[in-house]
Amino acid sequence: MMNAHIARTTLPLLAVCACILAYPSAPLYAEEATPEEKGLQIARETREKGRGFENFTAEQSMVLRNKQGKESLRQLRVKVLETDGGGNKSLFVFDRPRDVQGTALLVHTHKESDDDQWLYLPALKRVKRISSSNQSGSFMGSEFAYEDLGTPEVEKYTYRYLRDEPCLEMTCTVVERFPLDKRSGYQRLLVWQDKDELRIWKVEYYDKKNSHLKTLTISDYNLYLDRFWQAGEMSMVNHLTGKSTVVTWKDFRFRTELKESDFTQTGLKRMR
Amino acid sequence: MPQAAVLILATALLSGVSYGAENYELDIFGSLDVENLWYPQNGAYAEQRAYATGFVAKPKLFLTDYDGSWSIQIAPFFRLDTADSQRTHADLREAYFLVFGEIGDGEWEMRLGVDRVFWGVTESQHLVDIINQTDLVENPNRESKLGQPMAHLTWSTERGIMEFFALTYHRARTFPGVHGRLRSSILIDDEHIEYESAAGEWHVDLAARYSNSFGPFDVGLSVFDGTNRDPVFMPNLDADGTLSLVQHYEQIRQYSMDGQLTIESWLFKLEALRREGASNLMGAKEDYTAFVLGGEYTFNSVLGSAADFGLLAEWNYDLRQEREHSSTEFQNDMFLAVRLALNDTQSTNLIAGILADMDYSTRTLSMVLKRRISDQWSLNLETIVFMDVDEKDIIYTTRRDSFIALNLTYNF
Repeated sequence: MMNAHIARTTLPLLAVCACILAYPSAPLYAEEATPEEKGLQIARETREKGRGFENFTAEQSMVLRNKQGKESLRQLRVKVLETDGGGNKSLFVFDRPRDVQGTALLVHTHKESDDDQWLYLPALKRVKRISSSNQSGSFMGSEFAYEDLGTPEVEKYTYRYLRDEPCLEMTCTVVERFPLDKRSGYQRLLVWQDKDELRIWKVEYYDKKNSHLKTLTISDYNLYLDRFWQAGEMSMVNHLTGKSTVVTWKDFRFRTELKESDFTQTGLKRMR
Repeated sequence: MPQAAVLILATALLSGVSYGAENYELDIFGSLDVENLWYPQNGAYAEQRAYATGFVAKPKLFLTDYDGSWSIQIAPFFRLDTADSQRTHADLREAYFLVFGEIGDGEWEMRLGVDRVFWGVTESQHLVDIINQTDLVENPNRESKLGQPMAHLTWSTERGIMEFFALTYHRARTFPGVHGRLRSSILIDDEHIEYESAAGEWHVDLAARYSNSFGPFDVGLSVFDGTNRDPVFMPNLDADGTLSLVQHYEQIRQYSMDGQLTIESWLFKLEALRREGASNLMGAKEDYTAFVLGGEYTFNSVLGSAADFGLLAEWNYDLRQEREHSSTEFQNDMFLAVRLALNDTQSTNLIAGILADMDYSTRTLSMVLKRRISDQWSLNLETIVFMDVDEKDIIYTTRRDSFIALNLTYNF
């Protein structure tokens, strides 16, 4: 009867969504395109740039901070494998908090359908297939919902390009995204991406009543394999509760020895 | 194991810390527990205690080479109990060497040593789970298992996972002693164990399992041939006039399946077995079929909160000719439960249920509440309440053994 909260996450695809291929500047969209077409075009370009990393491993730590400033820590190891079909396979192994140490999660994402997820509970050595239909729930008590963490499949939103505006030292496009999934907790998202490299710098989340619920700020980008931009830090602030979560990534290793067979139930039981 | 590894292992054990060398990586972790157990009612038997304190240590040692191609895991277990000396015990839960590699388009994996293997999908009982013996003194829920010596070969490909087991030694079940609760009226002898096989506890049991996932459907098919994990009991009168029950383990063959269908927030579950060669409660050999059929539905983010709320229902049934001859208490029982996960920083988690016997008046209520206090400390509150236990029910001797258990755990 393992904590259901660990279950059902598609988290670390976080890493994938922030993985953006460095790409020579080119016109992203034809000038005569409608705002909807422009928005979709940017989403497609972003997806194309993120492809081809093959696999990576990384370590992630999360600091959860409540309104009073009290902090608690989560640590996990992440392994992601890109597959031919378009979806990814991911493994997450929890190191902290200590009571869930060794708990591991295997996720097979699919472009069209819901993800497949298996949770490994080391105390019983039991593998449980779990439901992946929880979209708006909190991941491990953090301010990240499962839907904030999954690979943002292009087909799962509609888009509207709003404007170009200066951000940091760059120029960013601001695009509105509308989730198609009824289980989403949001009415819309606003996404800031720089025009040169398509890195996401900021996301604003608006709930079903259209109030500004959360803001995600992404920073500390590094370039890997001369192609992939990977964020080092992601900070989510909840404006309604005053709580926040800061995710820090480290020890990225791309194109490791990871194989398809590491992402099976047998591989999952070998985790610790 | 290479000598260097032994040396590193010894060094790390003495210093009690993680150690990373150029070629090996060592981790030591685990938990320490303080448990308080209260039994509000007087026991059915005069010697039984009303209160017990327990201390549990579950250290784990993990050693792997740098590229992870082999590993060693060692997990001893210790419990000290102030009331029941039979509950004070130690066990080697895990001590195995693991190696794996590629073969054709798939992968092989070999585990040699003592290990724990879990089969199944349901919650109210683990019907088809047979590789390991139950460490019954730990918890009546039968989820604690003794370490099982084995050779375990896995071959996994796109077509599914095939597993083969050779189980080289039989472990006898643990039972509470004279001062313990949740026991039979006549004490069970844990020294003289009888076996149907002439090879006794050294009979090599064999098992095989095929498992695979087909979209939303996960299925496992297993066969086990060897010494039963469930004993039958023979009354025995000692030379000094003490009456006891002797455990007798028969040779059985068991075919089983377990499957789960996962559709959005629904889980549909089935476990079923056919067991041949086992005796029923009357001591007569009777091959039989039994199953658990059920499901679970989860409501996410209930009432605008972060909490998940789940409903569970499972029907346990035994198709022996006379259900009252069944050797388990799950002969015809309905399990209904709710599960609440607050998804807060402390991972507060509650599961509460009722196991209702459909043949007898017995109703068993159970509740488990878990909450993390800090990164290293957590609390676990568990209670089981036996209500209207039927005289004809196999668990009648535990009718006065409702309990509350409070565990404080330190994880390191």
